[in-house]
Amino acid sequence: MRYLSPHTINEAVAALADSDGDVKILAGGTDLLVQLRAGMKAPGLMLDVKRLPELRSINVEKNCFHIGAAVSGAEMGEHESLKGSWPGVVEAMELIGSTQIQGRATPGGNLCNASPAADSVPAMVAAGAICTVVGSEGSRDLAVEDVGISPGQTSLGRDEFVVDFRLPERPPHSGDAYLRFIPRTEMDIAVVGAGVNVVLGDDGVCVDARVSLGAVAPRVLLVPDAANELIGRKLNDEVLEKLDAACRAACRPIDDKRGTVEYRTQVSGVLARRAAVIAFERAGEK
Amino acid sequence: MTTNGNGLRWVGKRPVRPDGVDKVTGRAQFGADFTLPGMIVGKVLRSPHAHANIRSIKTEKAQALPGVKAVITAADFPELPSEIEQAGEVVLNFRDMSRNVMARQKALYDGHAVAAVAATSIEIAERALDLIEVDYEVLPHVIDVVEAMEADAPLLHDDLYTMGVEPTPDKPSNVAKRVEFSIGDLNAGFEMAEVVVEREFTTKPVHQGYIEPHAAVASASEDGLCHIWCTTQGQFMVRYYVSRLLGLEVSKLRVTPSEIGGGFGGKTVVYLEPVALALSMKCHRPVKMVMSREEVFRASGPTSGAHVWVKMGATKDGRITAGEAVLKYQAGAVPGAPIGPGCMCAFAPYDLDNVKVVGFDVVTNRPKVAAYRAPGAPISEFGVESVVDELAKKLGMDAIAFREKNAAREGTHAAYGPTFGEIGYTETLRVAKEHPHYQAPLGPNQGRGVASGFWFNIGGASTAALNVNEDGTTTLISGCPDIGGSRASLSMMAAEVLGIDVEQVRPTIADTGSIGYSFLTGGSRVTFATGMAVIEAANDVVRQLRERAAKIWEIDVEAVVWENGEAKPSGSNAGDFEPLSLSSIAATAGKTGGPITGHVSLNAQGAGPAFGTHICDVEVDRETGRVTVLRYTAIQDAGKAIHPSYVEGQIQGGAVQGIGWALNEEYIYDEDGRLENPGFLDYRIPVASDVPMIDAVIVEVPNPKHPYGVRGVGEVPICPPMSAVANAVANATGLRMADLPISPPKLLAAITNGG
Repeated sequence: MRYLSPHTINEAVAALADSDGDVKILAGGTDLLVQLRAGMKAPGLMLDVKRLPELRSINVEKNCFHIGAAVSGAEMGEHESLKGSWPGVVEAMELIGSTQIQGRATPGGNLCNASPAADSVPAMVAAGAICTVVGSEGSRDLAVEDVGISPGQTSLGRDEFVVDFRLPERPPHSGDAYLRFIPRTEMDIAVVGAGVNVVLGDDGVCVDARVSLGAVAPRVLLVPDAANELIGRKLNDEVLEKLDAACRAACRPIDDKRGTVEYRTQVSGVLARRAAVIAFERAGEK
Repeated sequence: MTTNGNGLRWVGKRPVRPDGVDKVTGRAQFGADFTLPGMIVGKVLRSPHAHANIRSIKTEKAQALPGVKAVITAADFPELPSEIEQAGEVVLNFRDMSRNVMARQKALYDGHAVAAVAATSIEIAERALDLIEVDYEVLPHVIDVVEAMEADAPLLHDDLYTMGVEPTPDKPSNVAKRVEFSIGDLNAGFEMAEVVVEREFTTKPVHQGYIEPHAAVASASEDGLCHIWCTTQGQFMVRYYVSRLLGLEVSKLRVTPSEIGGGFGGKTVVYLEPVALALSMKCHRPVKMVMSREEVFRASGPTSGAHVWVKMGATKDGRITAGEAVLKYQAGAVPGAPIGPGCMCAFAPYDLDNVKVVGFDVVTNRPKVAAYRAPGAPISEFGVESVVDELAKKLGMDAIAFREKNAAREGTHAAYGPTFGEIGYTETLRVAKEHPHYQAPLGPNQGRGVASGFWFNIGGASTAALNVNEDGTTTLISGCPDIGGSRASLSMMAAEVLGIDVEQVRPTIADTGSIGYSFLTGGSRVTFATGMAVIEAANDVVRQLRERAAKIWEIDVEAVVWENGEAKPSGSNAGDFEPLSLSSIAATAGKTGGPITGHVSLNAQGAGPAFGTHICDVEVDRETGRVTVLRYTAIQDAGKAIHPSYVEGQIQGGAVQGIGWALNEEYIYDEDGRLENPGFLDYRIPVASDVPMIDAVIVEVPNPKHPYGVRGVGEVPICPPMSAVANAVANATGLRMADLPISPPKLLAAITNGG
């Protein structure tokens, strides 16, 4: 196995273009190194992207946050203004692993590992985050929900990788939240996850919303039907019940060692309701 | 010098543990830390099938790989007859043990060892495993205990005929043994009952979950002398088992135990040790083998999963009139479920006239079970304590008051045989009732459960040596690995008898060549039994010290007393001489008769039964089925807590393992009988944030058979938690959860369907 650690995006793209496709991108390594040790993966080339400066910083440009793909969860958690604007995104990232893992795990790695149960991804999808993707053909934008397509599979070309995540401008009265269910209190993988992001008018009526679900389908789902139950309404029990039903209707889960179809479906609605309550509260406070 | 109110200087205090600094600084040498010059690495090839005939194993390609030094299969182990024998204090069949260590003719579970290699690197060893060709004929398998008992179930062993049934069946089955305990007249008892509760329960196999995986280094020299260094609960157990499995004279093998990173009963058997030695005997290089966590789960012992049926009756005034139970325990691949203790303990906390318990030991296509903390008892007691809770509710009685009314006391004749001496069950109930926890208010969706537990504890063979060093400090040698703080408790008892500072006792766990035979660390026996050997050895040292002082003073030994670490003249000689300290007697020992050492071997009798009562508060999330343990109080009779911190640690650890068993731990098999969750990610033992601080309350009703009153403390705390949690869930939801674990999907389904 070869290991490369380029210092510029051009070098990295060239290395990918020159390779035979048997490559794994190494960011925090919290999934990849475990997969290597378990004998599940044995790539010919491991391309470490942690030395690429564009991937390693959090910036604000034109009132929008840009989060480098190889920024760690701990760095996101320590970024006060990011946390203030996007608490759901930051909290989702911070749910991953332990304190030690937080020093390594990255949003880019979490997305490109393409697990439907990845915690940061539903929050990014609900936020409406857009990825900058580079490859030998140049750079392109890709919505986060369009990156993971099935367990372990992304839509990225073999010479492409994610540079950063761009979060939209944050109007007043907006808030987001992500909740997941695990049988333990920490150090576990989501059985179900739900992200809700809302923008409210001055009167408390929801003017824009995005709702996402994790671990209930082969990929993280954006659920427009659920968002539509929120848009144009204030939050009340009836709206929450409709949100719950829309989420359950969108689920296409499987039975596996972490949960049953019935359980995942039922709990997806519960978590969406609870996340919506938090997101509305947060939006109301700003 | 300060002493406790009872005149004891060390017993009951909390000195720093002698092994503590090494453990927190990383100096401690665990099983995988040991290395030898010229050492190579061993790896095991494991069956991917739950049940398969092994038609052939071809090892030539693996043998030919450069760097491979030895390859072995079952053909390299002596074929042993199927004989049940008493080995020390356990019943064994070395034929079965041999087949579990290395599959012969048949692979009996996913993960069963079928071959092993030793090579100069891990990479070469792993490549060699890939080159071994095993021709399997896959057979139908059976995982569930009830299915395994059915007449048409896939048969694991065609020579297994149920023992304990008259006449012996003429057809083989998966039922290895039937056991029965009964007293009184069951029918008459149920006729007297005005309220009867009858219920079925199931429990899943759960793993001991020790952090340190199995590890061993074995070295066989050309002259046939062998040495094993390994992590184990019993170096003498390893020596005897490996000797038998490989046909060695016991004297040819020496076993050195490493520091141990948890065992909980799971290291009372051998897995890698005979394999590593068989490899070393072929190539005469030291061979090191370390299990991965996946191997630990797939191939080392959990405790039984079980089906439990319990029926109990009581009069309206709250007197239990009859108790009946049928227990079906999975043994795994070969016979040996802990069905005996399961039956013995089931109704032991209660003073009952009419009892019948029937148990079955059933083989299934799973790893062979190993001991796990009070083996068998938590399973039957889960059923009984759940039914006791239900009976109390039906009678409108307080759960503790109902237990008090029926509790076993001194003089109670237990259904399994003995008449209890001084026991502390009712004291644990009284303390529970008076504890602020029991009266604390509960919020919405919260519930409280109470459950009690029993474990008989054992004594057994132990050896201890106490050597007085040149400067008057002492060396204490034990033959039992220290798994729960026994170096501290043994040192404290030695210091107590000698009247010296505990820091002047340096404890060591010796290898099999350096101390007399000692049964393994298990049965909550070491502080009790090895403790008795230590106390006797220290008394013997005191006797010798008095003799030396008498010699120096030229007076009668009867006129010398030993007080506070000094020899003093007494009686008519009182005040005639300045006291002689231990160090001054040690300094002149050469002139007064040579080294001063105490050495005691004994078979400790009179282990004191242990009882505990736990109170658990939970909150149930009715929308997700999650159970959060909010508050937990565990009250236990320790007899006498030598080092209360380690007694509290045992109580807390047992409670947490039981909470995991109650809520989330289970083995998940796919339809082909392959284990789907061989790792801590999906085999969910509690993490620290999953449990509240466990409030451990020690009750002391001394065991009259031990000089300081010690009872074993390590096992009983795992008995009550499953029913304490289930009873709390029942209190919160009105739902009786009879199938463990009470995992969120299961509880949510119950709430949705019936809550």
